[in-house]
Amino acid sequence: MEKESVIEIRNLNKSFGSNHVLTNFEMDLLKGENLAVLGKSGSGKSVLIKCIIGLYFPEQGSIKLFDRDISEFDHYEWDRVRQRIGFLFQSNALYDSMTIRENLEFPLRRHELKHLTDKETENLIIDTLSNVGLEHTIDMMPSELSGGMRKRIALARALILKPEIILYDEPTTGLDPITSREISHLILEVQKKYNTSSIIISHDMSCINIASNRIIMLIEGRCYAQGDYDHLKNMEDEKVKEFFL
Amino acid sequence: MKNWLNIKNFLDEIGGISNFIARFFQEGFKPRYEFAELIRQCYWVGYKSLPLVGITAFIMGLVLTIQSRPTLVKFGAESMLPMMVSVSLVREISPVITALICAGKVGSGMGAELGSMRVTEQIDAMEVSGTNPFKYLIVTRIIATTLMLPILSNLSNAISLYGGYLGVNIRGNISWHLYWTQVFNAISYSDLLPSVIKTFFFGFAIGVVGCYKGYFSSKGTEGVGRSANSAVVIASLLVFIIDLIAVQIVDLLGLT
Repeated sequence: MEKESVIEIRNLNKSFGSNHVLTNFEMDLLKGENLAVLGKSGSGKSVLIKCIIGLYFPEQGSIKLFDRDISEFDHYEWDRVRQRIGFLFQSNALYDSMTIRENLEFPLRRHELKHLTDKETENLIIDTLSNVGLEHTIDMMPSELSGGMRKRIALARALILKPEIILYDEPTTGLDPITSREISHLILEVQKKYNTSSIIISHDMSCINIASNRIIMLIEGRCYAQGDYDHLKNMEDEKVKEFFL
Repeated sequence: MKNWLNIKNFLDEIGGISNFIARFFQEGFKPRYEFAELIRQCYWVGYKSLPLVGITAFIMGLVLTIQSRPTLVKFGAESMLPMMVSVSLVREISPVITALICAGKVGSGMGAELGSMRVTEQIDAMEVSGTNPFKYLIVTRIIATTLMLPILSNLSNAISLYGGYLGVNIRGNISWHLYWTQVFNAISYSDLLPSVIKTFFFGFAIGVVGCYKGYFSSKGTEGVGRSANSAVVIASLLVFIIDLIAVQIVDLLGLT
């Protein structure tokens, strides 16, 4: 039986001035899979997921989230859909002026804190932090944490609303190889534990190998090739081979 | 060609700020209202600026009084010193200096804070979390500066007048009661009211410029520095322009 798509992109075009970043880009994210989008710096990977989450507006083409075209969404519908999508930013984007507790509480407060008591909120925050192994940092400020810890906290914040889809924007950038590997395994754990579907934007081959089930190669704004890690690694195409050297 | 580009950039900037102000009014009156964040911003803008405003006001009152005495003595009008100082401070010096201090402290702070939030994707993260960042970050800050500036300016009036009292007593001898009687005899509502009204506009301008520069910051950390810097420069300039317009209006209305 064919798996259902949770994200469906058709003929997506996006440019900034004369710079065409995405040209007739097409992809599907199937339920329960970790899809890696691989491409060089500046190839439009981050633009792609920012179009998916509504931070950028596509010029042409369609993006369907959970079978609904995002062009039909109004402010309230975006709100509801974004509850179902977690986003891990490249720079972590933790709020500097808030403690870790407040950072995790922020999306809860916005979406569903009304239904939770203080005790339930506290338990949910501690539970989510313990999933990334950092419950002891709850009252710390982001500036007191290392790069790897901040990445984990950002992941915890993305997970707190129990999303069905997680978008990872360069999850291992700026981390040492050991921490990178830990984060990659954490991504895999999250997929298994929460049964999430994910898009992982990266050019870190080790992370992609560990965390993804399928890879799309984004070259010249198009989906140039796709398949699993071994399939792409054995391809003879020069442009694909470059990434595996 | 370069001049034409400068004019174009200037007009773009004016257009950008006008849109920003229009969006403020559009979003500011619609729910959801961010009261908790507004209170937090009022605390930062008002309470946290008070020590700096207070010290400056005190020195301003003291220095103005000491500097004015010799001239008044020359004309045998030394007894007019409290009246002259109070009118100068309340009508003009106190509101403008308070606004300039806030343009420096609050305007640059907002420019830098929002700028760094922009370049570290915190504003995007807020949007993804289901929060309207414009409402949460911008509307609250602009309202806070608009509300806090008049309060700070009035406190600055009181503190600078106290500085004036000490200044008068350095070379002269005037009782506390007589000093304040002369001050209140000299000041009327037509002095105080225009001064309070213009501080609302000063606060609004400082908030708008600080937020606009920070919210649309780009080019990484360099851009953050530029945002903070240009927020101070433009806000300070706007304070003087608003002051000039306010003086003309007050003059036209015959309140001078």
